[in-house]
Amino acid sequence: MKMFKKLTGLMFLSALLGAFCISSAVAAPAVKNIILATTTSTQDSGLLDVLLPVFQKDTGYFVKTISVGSGQAMKMGEKGEADVLLVHSPDAEKKFVAEGYGINRRLVMHNDFVIVGPPSDPAKIKGEKSAKAAMRKIASSSSLFLSRGDNSGTNALEKKVWKAAGPSPAGQKWYQETGLGMGQTLSVAAEKKGYTITDRGTYLSLKKTLGLEILVEGDPLLLNIYHVIEVNPAKWPKVNAAGAKSFADFMVSKKAQNMIKTFGVEKFGSPLFFPDAGKKAEQLGM
Amino acid sequence: MDLILDGIIKAIKLLIAGDPEVLGITWLSLKVSGTATLISVGIGISIGMIVALTRFPGKKFVVSVVNTGMGLPPVVVGLFVTIFLWRNGPLGFLDVLYTPTAMILAQAVIATPIVMGISIAALQNLPAKLRLQILSLGATRMQMVWLLIREARLPLMAAVMAGFGGVISEVGASIMVGGNIKGYSRVLTTATVMETGKGEFDVAFALSIILLVLVFLVNYLFTLIQQRERPR
Repeated sequence: MKMFKKLTGLMFLSALLGAFCISSAVAAPAVKNIILATTTSTQDSGLLDVLLPVFQKDTGYFVKTISVGSGQAMKMGEKGEADVLLVHSPDAEKKFVAEGYGINRRLVMHNDFVIVGPPSDPAKIKGEKSAKAAMRKIASSSSLFLSRGDNSGTNALEKKVWKAAGPSPAGQKWYQETGLGMGQTLSVAAEKKGYTITDRGTYLSLKKTLGLEILVEGDPLLLNIYHVIEVNPAKWPKVNAAGAKSFADFMVSKKAQNMIKTFGVEKFGSPLFFPDAGKKAEQLGM
Repeated sequence: MDLILDGIIKAIKLLIAGDPEVLGITWLSLKVSGTATLISVGIGISIGMIVALTRFPGKKFVVSVVNTGMGLPPVVVGLFVTIFLWRNGPLGFLDVLYTPTAMILAQAVIATPIVMGISIAALQNLPAKLRLQILSLGATRMQMVWLLIREARLPLMAAVMAGFGGVISEVGASIMVGGNIKGYSRVLTTATVMETGKGEFDVAFALSIILLVLVFLVNYLFTLIQQRERPR
């Protein structure tokens, strides 16, 4: 039995050693952390890599960006596991705020969604002005369509367009759900020569590796609008309300808006996002 | 083919240029997985030894539970650890979700059963009479334990390598509990997933090569220890 005592001692020692390593390997958690739950497009396009260092330098906050789909971001907000959201799923956002989970929903910027597909364009949708009509053509020709299928903002928009176009494509053989982020879904569409709906920013930043073309653009239905929402501290007292407000204020500040305006111009020749602080979503046109 | 060449060239460039971000990511990978392995070795080998050297009712059941744990999917561990560490979860007061500490915790959970399972097999494989022999020569219990560990050094080092290999290559749990935060909780595997998502395949490939080189170097070191000539 003596051996056990010694072994327990050994175990205790190793656990202590581990604990020591943790505390020495990792700086103590700062109180100034903000958890930002956001859509993949803001991170994958590189926009946050430009904005966050400026915000952190100005305010001293440390932003932990968790990049997920808009649907999951709002779920995190509902549970009080995020402080502030930067999302692009307007209908779901309105519900989120109406149910009291979020406050101060403010317009930040927009760009647009485009329908992309292989240059051979089997459904003959190139140049189609109406997104609805294009989707109907894809459906009637049973051409392969790749859906995100992950409740992201893009997925919500896609479902909205399908709904406007007619019967739901769910379960059809030509309609496949990837369950992946936008970048990966575009890669799948490129490999399988299928159609998909994407935000313009992600498409532009991936264009060189894809071989997919923009076939439909400019329909007002395809507007892609980003809002910043603070998670309601009245519902979740552990939320960093001051930090969330500071971040949201920054996103609509002149400084950030100017950075959004010029972001991507150098690399892609045109901006990826258009700053909209202070405007109303209804005023946005294509 | 171009992509593979580009990736290799990019990897060499990144390493030679000493890109601070890549170096930071590589160092964090090593630190997180190294610490997790250390914890799992401490717990895994000591409990493994108790299980291997004693007889108790339900031992076969315990061993099969440990062996099942060897195949624990990282995403499952990631999900459980996330739920526990949520602000409003049972361990929320620790305030460690989306930190490297949370990644160490999740990785230790993944590696411990691997180390323990192989340790149990290694120690049970020693000749049963060896213990009696050691004791009859007048060794204390602690000396016996030490001698048994020395005797089983080859398979025990294999256990350490398997544990380390399991966590350094793991991505599911790290991305869930760490959040892949730039300059803070981004490691080689999560960065590779992100760069792939962004379509930066050459960077993703370069990161993979760096990861492979890192794993090789660590395992080479372990192997040197393992294969060292035994002092007689």
